[in-house]
Amino acid sequence: MLLQHMLRTSILLALFAVIGTGLVAYTHDSTKAKIAYNEKQSLLKKLHVIITPDEHDNELFQDVISVTSESLFGTKNSVTAYRARKNGAPVGVIIAPIVPDGYNGEIKLLVGIYYDGSLAGVRVLSHRETPGLGDRIEEKRSDWILAFRSRSLENPDAKDWRVKRDGGAIDQFTGATITPRAIVKAVKNCLLYYTDNKELLFSPLIIPNDEIVPTNRNEP
Amino acid sequence: MENKTIINDGFWNNNPGLVQLLGLCPLLAVSGTVVNALGLGIATTLVLIGSNVCVSMIRNVVRPELRIPVFVLVIASLVTAVELAMKAYMYELYLILGIFIPLIVTNCAIIARAESFASKNNLQRSFLDGLSMGLGFTSVLLVLGALREIIGQGTLFDNIELMFGESTQWMTITFMEDYNGFLLAVLPPGAFLGLGLLIAVKNVIDKRYKARNPTPTNVQEPSLATE
Repeated sequence: MLLQHMLRTSILLALFAVIGTGLVAYTHDSTKAKIAYNEKQSLLKKLHVIITPDEHDNELFQDVISVTSESLFGTKNSVTAYRARKNGAPVGVIIAPIVPDGYNGEIKLLVGIYYDGSLAGVRVLSHRETPGLGDRIEEKRSDWILAFRSRSLENPDAKDWRVKRDGGAIDQFTGATITPRAIVKAVKNCLLYYTDNKELLFSPLIIPNDEIVPTNRNEP
Repeated sequence: MENKTIINDGFWNNNPGLVQLLGLCPLLAVSGTVVNALGLGIATTLVLIGSNVCVSMIRNVVRPELRIPVFVLVIASLVTAVELAMKAYMYELYLILGIFIPLIVTNCAIIARAESFASKNNLQRSFLDGLSMGLGFTSVLLVLGALREIIGQGTLFDNIELMFGESTQWMTITFMEDYNGFLLAVLPPGAFLGLGLLIAVKNVIDKRYKARNPTPTNVQEPSLATE
């Protein structure tokens, strides 16, 4: 009696689990393509703000490389870099570091660097900084982040790559120090990484079937 | 129960936001702007209607001991479906609402309605209950969102193009150029204060109404619920 009751109850529950899973699976299947497209478009839109579509002719999306540097990116995980090329010649690279020391946790950045080592631009992908204070790193809220464009390790000198409050040469904004400090440090580290690993960053794309795409640059 | 009572309950007498005080976490977290509020409100309403309808349909099949797990299953599946749909058709808004869409699963208002209403009423009433509770919740979100947006950042309908396309961008109203914003209204404490004020206003209106109509028309026990 009890066994029968248990059996019927569990079959019923299993049935609902199957129906529920079926609904989710069906929705997932029918929205999968659209979601992938959205994610791609959304990222591409952000990349294209930094390096405009007419500056490159390759697929930013596919021409990526994963790089690791615990000391400079503050994480053991690899960091993605999108490479822009025109007619096979390198134009610049957009590095996507995750800044660990924001005021409220991680800040995801995009740091675009032209081939000559100057900054193409910096943008914030996502953050959890305090609304009204730290969120002025968004280009929507203030133009602080835009001032990075065309800066490089010579402008200002590497030793001055700090916010003014720390004796550096880069403006912070009132109300928040920790957020701009974290970003300035991360951008500087990206530039340092770029200077040391330029060859590696522009190394030819390895296509999954191990075929090497010919470019006019040598392997590192 | 009359249809009119169900609607009145959802919007006023037993409003999930103002009377039952359910689902406070998303209510307070996402009411920063009107558009965010509307997005979460619509998603919550869809899930409420869906879960009420499903629960009402299966109310005679499901054994009492299975009730809660089955309700949770139904709600979780619906929320995931809504989340995926939003990701596919309103991607930008999805990015803003982020974690609060999956968190609709934990919105007590939904399981409370499934348990206390839909499991005891027929399909048509359960649908109506889901709709009016959902819209009731949405309207509290909207009022709170409008208040916080105007005071906090001096605009109204900011980002509306994320929801209805670029052609609606003209609807964004900026009250003051160079408004520095009022941080308290943007941050969660502002949401608590705003909600408190809204509840106070509702209670004052109720009291006035009662004083004018001495015969108690709609005396109702607030439904038991735990957050």
